[in-house]
Amino acid sequence: MQEVLTQFQELVTQIAEQFPIVFPALNVGFLQTLKLFFVTLLGALPLGLVISFGSMSRFKPLKWLTRMVVGVIRGTPLMIQLLIFYYFPGLVLKTNIWGSGEAGRFFAASIAFIINYACYFSEIYRGGIQGIPVGQEEAGLVLGMTPMQIFFRVKLMQMIKRIVPPLSNEVITLVKDTSLARIIALQEIIWAGQAFMKGSQGISGAIWPLFFTGVYYLVWNGVMSYLLGKLEKKLDYFR
Amino acid sequence: MSVLKVENIQKSFGDTKVLDGISFTMEKGEVLAMIGSSGSGKTTLLRCLNFLERPDGGRILMGDKVLFDAADARTLREKEIRKKRLHFGLVFQNFNLFPQYTALQNVMLARELLAKEEPDYKASKRRIHEEIEEQSRSLLIQMGLKDRMQNYPHQLSGGQCQRVAIARALNLQPDILCFDEPTSALDPELTGEVLKVIRELADKNTTMIIVTHEMGFARDVSSKVIFMDDGRICEMGTPQEVFGNPQQARTKQFLASYKNGV
Repeated sequence: MQEVLTQFQELVTQIAEQFPIVFPALNVGFLQTLKLFFVTLLGALPLGLVISFGSMSRFKPLKWLTRMVVGVIRGTPLMIQLLIFYYFPGLVLKTNIWGSGEAGRFFAASIAFIINYACYFSEIYRGGIQGIPVGQEEAGLVLGMTPMQIFFRVKLMQMIKRIVPPLSNEVITLVKDTSLARIIALQEIIWAGQAFMKGSQGISGAIWPLFFTGVYYLVWNGVMSYLLGKLEKKLDYFR
Repeated sequence: MSVLKVENIQKSFGDTKVLDGISFTMEKGEVLAMIGSSGSGKTTLLRCLNFLERPDGGRILMGDKVLFDAADARTLREKEIRKKRLHFGLVFQNFNLFPQYTALQNVMLARELLAKEEPDYKASKRRIHEEIEEQSRSLLIQMGLKDRMQNYPHQLSGGQCQRVAIARALNLQPDILCFDEPTSALDPELTGEVLKVIRELADKNTTMIIVTHEMGFARDVSSKVIFMDDGRICEMGTPQEVFGNPQQARTKQFLASYKNGV
């Protein structure tokens, strides 16, 4: 009993000593995580809408092609997609389209994440649009509105209201999925935490930094859930 | 000259013939009641007039202008159809108000969008906007919704929703206002308030086509009645003729079912 207590005290002392070194390093990693998170949302939210239009197109070849791509992306692990996106151009096409170093890895990861998440979003959008009663469109038509006006002035808000809850789920998954970019050595927070196991800035064999990264995800997801919950409430003004 | 002339309209869904040679004319200020059992083609006819369905054959004329001619591809262009729709207003059975807008916004929206297409819009934006708002408000007041303008559709009763929908359609000043079973989604109490509004419109000589199952109302308010059966006009005449002295066996049978039912 005495022994366990001593060990525990040692661990606490060690963490206290290492914290000033680990904390800034994790922050740097988390910044990269956040960057990937925001870039993905910024790219995937609009791209998803374009893809959803493709999957609802009256032009059959486009519709089936889009649905096939969405099916493949949704049906395979994001981790494989990251590896393929990152390595395929260099290894097979013999051209490095991503550029070198961390910037190159970030570029490749962003593209893979944007495409992957756009496909998920597109299905959410499609459900949101197709769930709007046909009477809404007909009412717009008989009032002389153009298809564009009907989409932007009539359907869009109703669609947004419908998609916020499922989109919230995806956003929270995205926060955690950014850690997959570790597989191509993107220096996000998991990578930063792992560095102290392997040895970095005089610390090696420390596993607590890796565990501590969980706190970052937890806090960030808390913030996201709160904000999205507020948005959902805000859209409660109509039914 | 008649304001509306419908000639030999044909419409099929797949193998089912829904409209089989519908022809009639309407004068300005006339109220046409269209009655008949469900599936007789009344609603489809209204939807054809509003270009929500495209007839397979026949012509639709507004005054001497050909709005639609199944044999003339030039009248079928999407872009022009949008403009032609504005000759007609349509009030739906289940209102189809836009839920994210207030009653007032629902009434104003289409007018504002159309105003934007006017060449002098930019110069007199504010004046146009105020004009539209003013007219929209007075329409809602006319509908007895003075205190409901800022309410969203989900905060309104069915009867109030339908009156907003009527104001919304009227605001575009259509030549002919069409009603597709405007009270079928309402309970009897709310039905009364909507019928009252339509009756007031009739008193102001608004040209209207009303598809309805309210026989008493149809008889009171209309100047012409069409009884439809199986995609054809079975009987047409003044309300006194059709209700008081029906000629066709099918009409008698249909009207009898109402008398027995009520």
